[in-house]
Amino acid sequence: MLSITLSLLPAGIINGLMFGAIYALVALGLTLIYGVLHIINFAHGAMLMLALYSAYFLFKVLNIDPYVSILIVTPASYVFGYTIYRWGIGKLSGGRDQNILLITLGLSIILENSALFFFTGDQQTISLPYSYESFDLGFLYLSYPKLISFVASLIICVLLWMLMTLTDLGKAIRAVAKEREGARLVGIDVEHVFAVTFGIGVACLGAAGCMLLPIFYVDPYTGNIFVIIAFTIVVLGGMGSIVGALLGGFIIGVTESVGGLLLGESLGQIGISLIFILILIFKPTGIFGSKV
Amino acid sequence: MLEVKSVTKRFGGLVAVSDVDLDVAKGEIVSLIGPNGAGKTTLFASIAGFLKPDEGEVILNGKSITNLKPHKICRQGMVRTFQITQPFATLNTLENIMVGAYANTSNKSLAKSNAERVAEIVGMTSLLYQTADGLTVAARKRLELARALATNPQLLLLDEVMAGLNPTEIDEIVDVIQGIRNTGVTIFLIEHVMKAVVNLSDRTYVLNDGKLIAHGTPNSIASDPAVIEAYLGHGAAEAMARGGKA
Amino acid sequence: MKLPFRSNIFIALGLLTAMLAPFGISSKFQLDVLTLIFFTAYLGQSWNILGGYAGQFSFGGVMFFGTGAYTSSILLSSFGLPPIIGIFAAIFMGALLGLVVGYLSFRSGLRGSYFALITLAFAELLRVLANSVEFTGGGVGLFLTYAPGLYNLQFTSPTGFYYFSLILLVISLAIAIWLERSRFGAQLVAIRENEDAAEALGVDTLKCKIYAIMIMGGMGGAAGTFYAQKYLYIDPPISYSIALSVEMLLVTIVGGMGTVFGPLIGSFVLHTVNEIARHFISTPGLSLIVYGFILIVIISYLPNGLVGLFRKTRKNKENDDA
Repeated sequence: MLSITLSLLPAGIINGLMFGAIYALVALGLTLIYGVLHIINFAHGAMLMLALYSAYFLFKVLNIDPYVSILIVTPASYVFGYTIYRWGIGKLSGGRDQNILLITLGLSIILENSALFFFTGDQQTISLPYSYESFDLGFLYLSYPKLISFVASLIICVLLWMLMTLTDLGKAIRAVAKEREGARLVGIDVEHVFAVTFGIGVACLGAAGCMLLPIFYVDPYTGNIFVIIAFTIVVLGGMGSIVGALLGGFIIGVTESVGGLLLGESLGQIGISLIFILILIFKPTGIFGSKV
Repeated sequence: MLEVKSVTKRFGGLVAVSDVDLDVAKGEIVSLIGPNGAGKTTLFASIAGFLKPDEGEVILNGKSITNLKPHKICRQGMVRTFQITQPFATLNTLENIMVGAYANTSNKSLAKSNAERVAEIVGMTSLLYQTADGLTVAARKRLELARALATNPQLLLLDEVMAGLNPTEIDEIVDVIQGIRNTGVTIFLIEHVMKAVVNLSDRTYVLNDGKLIAHGTPNSIASDPAVIEAYLGHGAAEAMARGGKA
Repeated sequence: MKLPFRSNIFIALGLLTAMLAPFGISSKFQLDVLTLIFFTAYLGQSWNILGGYAGQFSFGGVMFFGTGAYTSSILLSSFGLPPIIGIFAAIFMGALLGLVVGYLSFRSGLRGSYFALITLAFAELLRVLANSVEFTGGGVGLFLTYAPGLYNLQFTSPTGFYYFSLILLVISLAIAIWLERSRFGAQLVAIRENEDAAEALGVDTLKCKIYAIMIMGGMGGAAGTFYAQKYLYIDPPISYSIALSVEMLLVTIVGGMGTVFGPLIGSFVLHTVNEIARHFISTPGLSLIVYGFILIVIISYLPNGLVGLFRKTRKNKENDDA
C-alpha cells in the first residue's frame, strides 16, 4: 500500500507544481495589493470566481478558448479592479484595517450570491478539444491544459515581475508602497496608483481564472476554496513579497497534492489551514521576508 | 525605590540605550532629559516592561521586574504614561480614569469614587462626561496623568507630559505634579521643557546617544560642560524656545 | 454604564411580551421565525463579547457552535447521555476550544485582520477534521433520534424551541448587561480602544482576551446543542459553515457592536429583510446580496450600527435641550 503511494509521489509532486503556478498567480494579486495598499482583500476569492465565470461564458456563448480569453478577461478584470477600488473600497473604508476587511467581506458576499442568483449553484466544467490529450513524461501523462496553464502562469508571473522592476509604473508603485507621503510630495497621484495596483491584483485573478477553468470547475463558492489557499501562500511567503508568493504557491500546491495522496482526499486538505495557523502563530512575517 | 542597572536595548545593529545605571529614591522627583532621539522613551519603555532590555536589570522596591509584563509592573506599584497620549477614545473621562482605578478594585462604585477623586486632583471634574476624543491636547495630557494616578502607584513614570502645552498649561500641570508628589507618590519624568525640569525636579539625569552623560541637581547640570556640549548646543536651546512659545 | 429606570421598564415589558408571544401568535411559521431571530441574536451576542466589546473580530465564530453540536450529539448517540446534561459538555468543549485558539493566537500577538483570518482557518481545520474522522460520522453526518422530552431538549411543538431560544437569548443579554456593569467589561472595552494603554494601566490584556473568547466559545457550544436537537441532523458543512460565522458578525455589526441590544436588533432587522425578500422572489441568494450591501453601508456610514443611529439622535436631542 505504502509502496503504491510512494510510486505515485512524483506524479503528485508534478501535479502539485502545475496547480501551484496558478495558486502563485492568485496569491500574487493578493500580496501585491497588500504590499502597496496595506489592505487585506477578502473578496479575492470571489473575484477569482467571477473571472472563472467570465471565461466560462466566453467559451459557452462565443466559443472562445479560455487560453485566448486571457486576452479579454485580464484587461476586463483590471478595469473592474480599478473601478471598484477607486469608487468603492477606497472611498468607503476610511482607512481602518478591520473596516476594509469587513467591506471586502461584504463585497464577497454580494459577488458570491449574485453568482448564485444569476448562474445557479450548479458546478460548471468545460471540455476543450484537447482536454484529454496529454504529454508523456515517462512516469506520468500530463494533460495539455495543465501544462499550458503551468507555462502561461509562469510567463505571467515573470511579466508581472518585469512590470514591477523595470517600468516607470512599477517604480511609482514601489515608491508608493514604501513612502506614501513622500510619493505624494514628488507629485505621484497616490490614489491613482492605489487603484492601478488594485486593478493589477485583480487582473492576475482574471488570468488565473482563464487558466484554472479548463482543469477545474466553477460554482459560486469556488472562491471560498481559493481565499484560504491564497492567504496561506501570502503569509507563508511574507505579506507583500512577490518571490515569496511564487515559492509559496509551489509549496502549497505540492503540499495539497502530496497531502491528498498520503492522507486521503478528505484529510489532505487539512495541510493548508494547518500551515496557515502554524505560520501565523510562530512566524507571522513569513518565511521569505516581508517587503515588496 | 527604582534601580536601573546597566540596561542596554538594541534594535538590530542600533544601540538605542547603552549601559544605563540610575536610581530613584522614595519621595523624589527625578527627571531624565536629553535631545530628541537620545533614547529617553526607549529607556522608559524598557523600564516599564513594554520592551525587553537586552542586558541589565530593573529593580523596583528590591525586586527584579526586568521581564515582567506591564500590567504586572503596574500592580507592583509603577505605572507609565505615554508621550503620544493614548486615550480610550470613545469612552468619557470618567470611564477612562476608571480603567486605571479598576487596577485596585473590582467594585464599580469604589472605582467610580476613586476616579472622581483623581479627576479632582488633576482638575478634570468639569470634564467627567466628555468623551476622550473630544478633549483638547492639554486635557488629554491630564487624562493620561489621571488614569495612571488612579492605579494608585508608588512610582509614576511620566513621558513628556508637558510637550505641546502652552506656558500657562505647563504651569498648571507642574502644580498638579507637585501636588501628586505631596501625596507621597514618587515621580520619574522624561522632559524636554528645561524650565519645567529646573522648577520641578530634585535630581536630573542627562541622556545622549543612548548613554548617560551627566547626573546631578538641575542647576549643576546646566553648568556641566559635557551637557552644554552635547545637549544645550543644539537641542536644549531649541527646546527652551519651543517650550516658551508653543 | 448604569441603565436608567426607563430602560429597565422597557426590558421588563419586552421580556413579558416575549414570554406571552406564543399565546398570541397562532402561526407556527411566525413562531419559528422568532425562534430563529432569538437564536441568531444569541450567536451574535457571543461574537459581540469578543468582537464588539474587546474589539477582536473573528471570522470563524462558527467553530464553537460546530464543536458544541458534535459534543452533545456524540455523547447522546454513542453514550446515551441526555442533551440536558450534554449541553453543559458542549459549553465546556466550546470554552476549551476558545482557550486553545485564544491562547495560541493572542499569545503570538495576532490582532486585526490576522486574528480574523486565523479563526477562519481554525474553523476550516475543524471542518476538514470532522469530515475525515470516524466518530463524527465523517461526511455522512450524524442523525439524532426524535425523542421529544425536556431531558432531550426536544419538543413536539415550536413553542418548546421558542422558549428554549428565549432562555438562551435572555442569558446572553444578561451576560452583556453584566459586562456593561463590571470591571471585566470595562477592561475589555479598554483593550478594544487601546491595548497598550490598557496593559500599562494594569489590565492583563492576554488573560482578558482569552476569557472573552472562552465565554464566546461556551455560548457557541450551547448553540450547537440547540441546533442539533432542533434539526436532528448535523454534518461538517453545517457545523462549520462560513455562512454562520458571517451571520453572527453581520447581525452584531448591523445592530451595533459593543452594545447590549445590538445583536438582537440586527437579527430582527436582517431576518425581517430576509422574509420580505423571500416573499417577493424565492431565488436563493437574493437576501444575502442585500445583506452584503447592508454590511458595506453600515461599516461605511454607521460604524455604531442601528443602535448608534438611535443614540445619536437621542444625544442631539439632549444637546438641543441643554
